[in-house]
Order: sequence, then structure tokens, then C-alpha cells
Amino acid sequence: MVKLAAHIEGIGLLGPGLDGWTGSVALLECRSPYIRQPTVVPIPDGLPPAERRRIGLVVKLALGVGLQAISKAGVEPDALPAVFASSGGDGENCHEICQALSHDERMISPTRFHNSVHNAAAGYWSIATRSKAASNALCAFDWSFAAGLLEAVTQVAVDQTRVLLVAYDSPYPQPLYAKRPIPGPFGVAFVLAPVSAAPPAQAGAGGSVGSHDGASPAPHAGVGSIARLTVQLGDSPADRMSNTDLESLRASIPAARSLPLLHLLAVRKNGVVNIEYLDGRSLAVEVETCA
Amino acid sequence: MTQLLLKDYTATSCVGHGRLATLDALRAKRGGLAPCAFERAQIDTWTGEVSDVDDERLTQTLGRFDCRNNRLAQLALRQDGFTDSVAQSVGRWGRRRIGVFLGTSTSGILQTELAYRRRDPATDALPADFDYGGTQNSFSVADFVRQALGLDGPAVVICSACSSSAKVFGSARRMMDADLIDAAVVGGVDSLCLTTLYGFHALQLTSNGPCKPFDSGRDGISISEAAAFALLERVPNSLDSDAVMLLGVGESSDAYHMSSPHPEGLGARAAMLAALDFAGLEPGDIDYINLHGTGTLSNDSSESRAVASVFGSSVGGSSTKGATGHALGAAGALEAVICSLALQHEFAPAGINTRSLDPALGIQYLVENRPGRISRVLSNSFGFGGTNCSLLLGRAG
Repeated sequence: MVKLAAHIEGIGLLGPGLDGWTGSVALLECRSPYIRQPTVVPIPDGLPPAERRRIGLVVKLALGVGLQAISKAGVEPDALPAVFASSGGDGENCHEICQALSHDERMISPTRFHNSVHNAAAGYWSIATRSKAASNALCAFDWSFAAGLLEAVTQVAVDQTRVLLVAYDSPYPQPLYAKRPIPGPFGVAFVLAPVSAAPPAQAGAGGSVGSHDGASPAPHAGVGSIARLTVQLGDSPADRMSNTDLESLRASIPAARSLPLLHLLAVRKNGVVNIEYLDGRSLAVEVETCA
Repeated sequence: MTQLLLKDYTATSCVGHGRLATLDALRAKRGGLAPCAFERAQIDTWTGEVSDVDDERLTQTLGRFDCRNNRLAQLALRQDGFTDSVAQSVGRWGRRRIGVFLGTSTSGILQTELAYRRRDPATDALPADFDYGGTQNSFSVADFVRQALGLDGPAVVICSACSSSAKVFGSARRMMDADLIDAAVVGGVDSLCLTTLYGFHALQLTSNGPCKPFDSGRDGISISEAAAFALLERVPNSLDSDAVMLLGVGESSDAYHMSSPHPEGLGARAAMLAALDFAGLEPGDIDYINLHGTGTLSNDSSESRAVASVFGSSVGGSSTKGATGHALGAAGALEAVICSLALQHEFAPAGINTRSLDPALGIQYLVENRPGRISRVLSNSFGFGGTNCSLLLGRAG
């Protein structure tokens, strides 16, 4: 049996009142108070001007956390396989299309249409970072974070490659909001590396040639491991956040189901967190902090 | 990689329900496209609509999943005894050890399109009977299928446009290699909706007639719908010689453009080479290529360059989308089933509708069925966002 383990080398985080991993550690530790503020999403680097004009908030969010994570890890993105997990993709764009199609003219713009694909963020990521490595775009409704983490760690462990995981969600406007109330944009990203990785080399030397070759040597480690994760399927109830505001985020945004894991990483303690996965199942994530 | 057995498989598309109807259509070079009469669409194009989808009724306990996409999924699951095969695997491995990995591009978005027309005139609210999670959300089809089949293993939808249901084979393979599961239901389900009809029309990518892949007069795609499934297990010690196996999966990204393939087909080439590398095979080992072949100027040109750069003109290939149309997120699984039929029934299927092969596309394109045993085939699926996947399938003997 393959042990589903991976090193976390970099973390990206953007959400309501959460601006980057480093800037969020104190409040995730509950050392400083959580103050709910609108998510601040930066304009991503790397996209040609034409593409930059076409992207909506959700793509900026996904690229934003992904770029934070690779920067923190000190790895180059150009050959880094990526897993993008989202429950709903671009809610604003989806609303505009359904609205247009409900009218008699039924005109939708080419840009709206190509932005409607669930893998839009993966496509723009590949263009922005010039990454030709494989990417996956997943959905598992409320369990999309756990499904993305399981897929990413499986890739890391089975294919012995470094993988970027990006989980993100953003709100639908009304009237869809009433049916799917996601209160704000939230994105989280991890650079995950094989546990058998070679000793640390210079930053940026990493990156495997792709996920296709299970026999390829493990990539060099990046600037260092934040923690080691081991995941397995379980049946335990999902862990919650003790802070009620953060718990409200966790329960209402699929990507924010990651918060109990981020809390454990912030307090730098070893332990196990249970993340909601499918109906009544869970993903048990064991965390061993490094250095 | 570990090779996997396609223990059973089925497909339902506009050429027919189930394997036999699909095989008959391929052998007779019969297509299923017709002038678009879907919903309120007023577009001068042809589509591949599956018959009897509207008549399909979901069992009451799964009523919240009721939408065209899940009706199509159920219609396909009922064919060829596929549900019984899954039940046998459940008996052998247990429901928790069987994963569900499905591809779709638009899931049940048609339900949302219809709900937007039924909004409350006063409050703008969507109707009370609209169930977002059961229909519109991309995961809906996997949730429906796992519950319909009584499975409780890992489940996920891959939603990467037209590569979706090819890439599911890769995810299932990894989870099998990780020993998280002993079997997997993989496949794709995509159904007609106004979003794709008007969206591809806006991009000027819909053909005015039945699509003509690789024809010098090709003018775009014919949008269709389909559901196709395969049951994957590890390869047992003894196999029938006509057993079909997954030998390799190759994936890549273009890093080029959201809705146009790389003009030289560099991403497509990388995916095909990765699949060969994965399987430990050489280009000369391949007997047939099921091309992505959408019938757009840019796809067929770009894919031809990629294929020629790897295989020259020595390997015969065709696009079966002239018959089935482009089933988008279901195309990868549908064409994996077509390849499996070709392997088991010993012929390379022709591309239909192609009258005047584009001489600029220097590949060996089959316009007639070519009888004879084929041992290994490659199937290409590429999608918006520059996502590419090639599957390599082969016979046991």
C-alpha cells in the first residue's frame, strides 16, 4: 500500500479577513482577533494584457493563492502539475450567461463562454506561468477541498512528483445565491512534494517533467518543508473551528473546509484533522510539523 | 504504470443506445446527427441528440437529481448489463473500495437555464423546485451515479471541458495504484444545453451541417450529447485474448490560449508522447488513432501537425465525431468505448462525412472502415484552456 504522504512546501491563502498565509497565521492561531473584511484579490502577474482584461474575480483568486504558494515554496511553476478544485467556478459569469439565455436574443460573448468552463482557472494558470505540465480541474460540491487534497496527495505519492493544489470558491449573485449561499471568495493553495524528496537544493531547481512517468526521479525539495501530511479515508465527524466567525466561513465556503488544517499548521502542532468528504465520510489528515 | 482491465463498458450517444447499436452504426458508417431542434435554440447547425432521454424517469429516492444530464446517465447505465457488472464488483470488493470518476463540461446547467425563465416576476427568485446541488453543480452526475450504483468509495467529477472524461482514467489509475480502491467506474456524461450551443456559436465554431472532420471544407463542430462508462479493475492472471486494457495515459497543458489549440499542436504532441512513454511503447506499436478531430479549422490543423510529428503518415486514424458529433465532456469516454469496440471486433472505424480530405493535413485519414485485428490504439481528447489527454488502449492478445 502506498502511503499517501506529502510535504507542504508553500501555502497561499486569500479569504474574508485573510490576506496571505504569513499575514493570517496569528489569527488562525487565535492570538489576534479575527476581523471579517472583504477578500482582497490581487491582479495576477504573468498574464498577457489581453488575457488579464478577460479574467474575473475567481480566476484572480485562484491565480493569486497559487502564486503565493509557489513563491513561498521557492519552486518554478513551469513544469509543476496542478490540481484545481472548486465547487462552482465563476458564479458571476454563470449568472450572466443564464440571464442572457433567458432573454429572446440569447446572445453570449465568446469570452463569457470560454470563461464558463470549470477549468478556466487552470487554463489561465497555464498561460500565466507557461506551465505545460498536466492540470486537473475537479469538483465534488461541498467536498471539493477534500477531493482536491486527496487527488493531489495521490499524485504526489504515486507519481513521485511535486504538485500544486489550488482550492477556491466565490459567490454566486442573486438569484442563484439564494440556492447556493457562498458568502465570500476564499482560496487556498499548497505546494506538495514527495516525502522521499532529495535533500534541499537551491530554490527553483525543482519541478518534475510531468505526472506521466512514475519512474522519474523525485524532484529536489524547495526551500524547506512546513509540515508533512499523511491522508487516509475515515468516518470521523469533521473538525470545526472554535472561533465562531471562522467556523461560519468553514461551514459556508467549500474551500474554507481547509480551515481546521490551516489552524493546525499555524499553531505548529502535530495532530490529526478530519475534513468533511462526501456524505458522512471524512479525510483524516495527520500533520507532523517540520523544523 | 499499472495496466488496468476494462472489465465492462457501455456507451449511449446519438448513434444508439448501448454497445451493439454503437458497433452497428460504426460498421454501417451511419451517423446520428440531425438539424438542431433542441429546446428554443435558433441556430443553423446540426446536433447529435440522444433519443428517449426525456422519457427516462429517475427512481423516486434520487428525484432531486432529475435533469437531462442525469437522465442520460441513467439511460446509459441501464444498457449492456453494466449495472449488473458493477454489482458483481461490489460483491467482490465492497462498495467502499469502488471509486467513481466522471467527466462532464456542463453537468445539469440546462436545469438552471430553464429555471431562469421561471423566475418569480416580482422577486426574481428561482423556482422552489430548482435543486442546485442535484442538477447544476458539476458534481451532480457523480453523486447521482454513486448513489444509483450503491457505491461509497472516493468520488469526483473532472470538469476540464472536452478532455474531462479522458482524464478520469488517469485519476482512477492513480487511486488504484495507491490501493485506495480495487475498482473504478469511470466515464463521461454531457447533455445538450443552450450554453454550449450559443457559446460555440458565438465563437463561430458550429458547423452549418453535419461536421466534416479533416475535410478541406470543414467549418466547425456538431455539438452532441452522450454518456459512456467503463468499469476498471486490476488485470487478473488470466485474460481472454480480446480483453481490453488501459495501457497508458498522457496529459499536458498548452500554455497558449483559452479557446484555440497551439497551432503546432505542441500540447497534443506532448500528451501523445507521454501516453506512449507511460505504456513503454513506440509510435510504430500503434495501429489506430481515434483523433480528437472536432471539424474546426484550427483543431484539425493543429492535431494533424502533432500526429504527423509523432507518427508520420504511417498510422491510420479517424475522427468518429462525424458520426457521433462532439459530446464535449463525454467525448473522451465515448471514444474510449469506440476504441474498445474496434479492438474487440477487429476493425479500424472510418471517419464519416469527410468527402474531400484536406491535402494540407499530412496524416493517414481513414474514410473507409479497415477490417483486421488491431492491437493498440490511441485516443485523443483536447479541451478549452489548453488541456490535453491521450489514452492508450490495447488487446490482451
